[in-house]
Amino acid sequence: MSTTITINNLTKRFGKVVALDNVNLSIEPGTFVTLLGPSGCGKTTLLRCVAGLEDPDGGEIYIGDQLVFSYDKGITLPSGKRDLGLVFQNYALWPHMKVDKNITFALEIQKLGKEEMGKRVKESLAEVKMEGYEDRYPREMSGGQQQRIALARMLAYRPKVFLMDEPLSNLDARLRMDMRAELKRLHHISGATTIYVTHDQVEALTMSTKIAVMKEGVLQQLDTPDIVYHYPANLFVADFIGNPKVNLLDGVVNGKNVVNIGPFKLAIDNINATGKVVVSIRPEDITISTQPVPGAVEFSAYSVLPSGADSTIIARLGEVELTIREMGISKIKMDQKIWLTFDPQTLNLYDKESGNLIAS
Amino acid sequence: MGQAPPNWLSYGPVPIIICSALHYYTFFFLFVSAALMSIDSNLEEAGDLMGASRGRILRKITFPLVIPAILSGVIMTFSKVMGTFGGPNILGLPVRYYVVATMIRGSMAAQEKGDAFVLAIVLILFAITTISLNQRLVGTRRSYETIGGRGFVARLNKLGKMKRVLFIAVIIFQILVIAVPIGLLLYNTLMLIDGNYSLNNLTLQHWIGPRNTVYNHGEPGVLRNPIIYSAAWNSIKLALWTAFCTALLGIVLGYAIVKGRGTRLSKLVEQLAFIPYIIPGIAFGAVYIAMFARKLGPIPPLYGTFALLVIVSVTKHIPFSSRSGVSAMMQVGRELEEAGIVAGANVWQRFRRIIFPLTSSGFMSGFLMTFITTMRELSLIILLVTPTTQLLASQTMQYTENGDGQEANAVILILIAIVVLGNFIIGRFSRGSSLQKGLGM
Repeated sequence: MSTTITINNLTKRFGKVVALDNVNLSIEPGTFVTLLGPSGCGKTTLLRCVAGLEDPDGGEIYIGDQLVFSYDKGITLPSGKRDLGLVFQNYALWPHMKVDKNITFALEIQKLGKEEMGKRVKESLAEVKMEGYEDRYPREMSGGQQQRIALARMLAYRPKVFLMDEPLSNLDARLRMDMRAELKRLHHISGATTIYVTHDQVEALTMSTKIAVMKEGVLQQLDTPDIVYHYPANLFVADFIGNPKVNLLDGVVNGKNVVNIGPFKLAIDNINATGKVVVSIRPEDITISTQPVPGAVEFSAYSVLPSGADSTIIARLGEVELTIREMGISKIKMDQKIWLTFDPQTLNLYDKESGNLIAS
Repeated sequence: MGQAPPNWLSYGPVPIIICSALHYYTFFFLFVSAALMSIDSNLEEAGDLMGASRGRILRKITFPLVIPAILSGVIMTFSKVMGTFGGPNILGLPVRYYVVATMIRGSMAAQEKGDAFVLAIVLILFAITTISLNQRLVGTRRSYETIGGRGFVARLNKLGKMKRVLFIAVIIFQILVIAVPIGLLLYNTLMLIDGNYSLNNLTLQHWIGPRNTVYNHGEPGVLRNPIIYSAAWNSIKLALWTAFCTALLGIVLGYAIVKGRGTRLSKLVEQLAFIPYIIPGIAFGAVYIAMFARKLGPIPPLYGTFALLVIVSVTKHIPFSSRSGVSAMMQVGRELEEAGIVAGANVWQRFRRIIFPLTSSGFMSGFLMTFITTMRELSLIILLVTPTTQLLASQTMQYTENGDGQEANAVILILIAIVVLGNFIIGRFSRGSSLQKGLGM
């Protein structure tokens, strides 16, 4: 029952602001695609265009083989006919209807039989583990419960496409963790093509088949979480993904496979790079030692921030500051001397000028 | 009380001014109380912390913050009083004291429609001038945005010993302006001959007395008078129709304005909806006579029909209903409707099943507000009623002009009773709908 979604050259303007700038996106059947980016990057606008709640100013949208929007051909299929479901950021449960009425609203419009509707209500409530809540009003439930009902409302009419607009952003941290697992499970069972909007990179990394990173209405990268994390396409993506943040160091390629950072030199595997570059190093890819090690660079521990499972260490050498992630509670003292080792395999090189990844 | 009061106190400018002031102070009160309620207590507390005395805070902080509202209140009341017909007619006519509103009626009665229309235009020009004056004076610089998006603290100020004194003063004032006049009115209707305060002059003749050529030009007591029943029925019918149409129109207008928020069309609709507010009631009536006395395109001549009364009343109330419609609609989140769109509901289904149920309290308060104001509306419809479409309010006017004061007062009491009862019934059905909400404040 799952379907493809194809977006060609989609453009949307609000007055002078370009919210979507020629976006092309192809989504395979049954995948979970996350639109990720800072607020104002156009991710919600893109979702709303697919849902049919915004009219784009150019481009096309296909759901499966069906052309649901085309600017040039003047086609705009109404939202209700696109066979999709949408979960809103603040759930948008109708406050004057009980849970069962909220769920059957769409079914009544589809003119389903009474028995079938009753069955669907039971099934969908069971799917979100909310059996027995048919007679509650939305305000009589907690935020997490309302969230589940909003999901059940979407599941009940069995759309081919699931759209979710930051559905977990109003929940507390603990509940958010639980719901991530539930949502992923739900997608696994239903197999519906899903577009999920979030500004939370952890959410994107944990749940998606593919992540689409956006900035100022432009699609930056569409790849699996693995690729997006380890090989960000440009400096913006590298900087946006990862916590603690990636280390970005300015340097100049000096001779063969060496980058001159300033106070020290880094060995690299990239033979194509020349001139001014930016080196990215993930905090967990730096090995830390309290003893001098051959090939290591001596730093001083500026600040040590243990947080249970891991510790973040800020190290300094002259102007250069590095963030390092170490497992467990760190024994390193502040201002202690430490020796850092860099693995050439894990480094990425970016062109200083364009900010794009230099292929290795 | 046995003495007849001097003429200058009974008729002419003095009683007209007193009467209008007592009538419109509630209007003013709503204006200022809304402004006072929107002041963040932090602003006053900041003054308190700096060591300012209560009086100083009142003078230097609170008062300047509500000055725009007070100024608006003054100007709005001015323009409203300009178009008022009832008071000046009863209290001014006997001593040939005229205001523009009563002159319009006079010219109209004398079949000099041209004169009446000119006077109506004069009234409208006056009103436009005061409104633009209001915008000029209060304008943008001094109209403080007291309601911010951030959290907002309203703290009750302790009045201390003053509390009791103020409270009692307010109670006495209320009794003076409401209970005493109503009591006097009631007493007046029980007097067989006006002005005779002796006990054996007490009678129920004006309420339930049979037809008697000596009293009230041969009309029976109001409770036995078919004219009164027909007028009361007309009044209630008019008020219900108007309230229903107005409240519905208000929700629809509110929907259109809020949905299109930010577009030029929406702003235009919002401003157009305000125009009837500018035009004084009696001038409004004159405009409608000019429009509908003859056949107008496909519309038959409406003068003398009940429909015309409904149309003019609905139009006059659009400014209020659209405001309460907008404020009701603002409380309905955009996503609630969008969830309906995604579910495949069409406009009508969304309106009926989502928007309307969620704004029904706004609808009810709009309904209540319009019902009450229509019941007692006189200036607006005085030019438009005919013997077949006589209303309670216009009936009292006719009795007063005939010199049948007690009969008129009895009708006024019936009118008050209907309004109070209506308010009570509607209040029963819709908790939380209030007049204040109806005004969109």
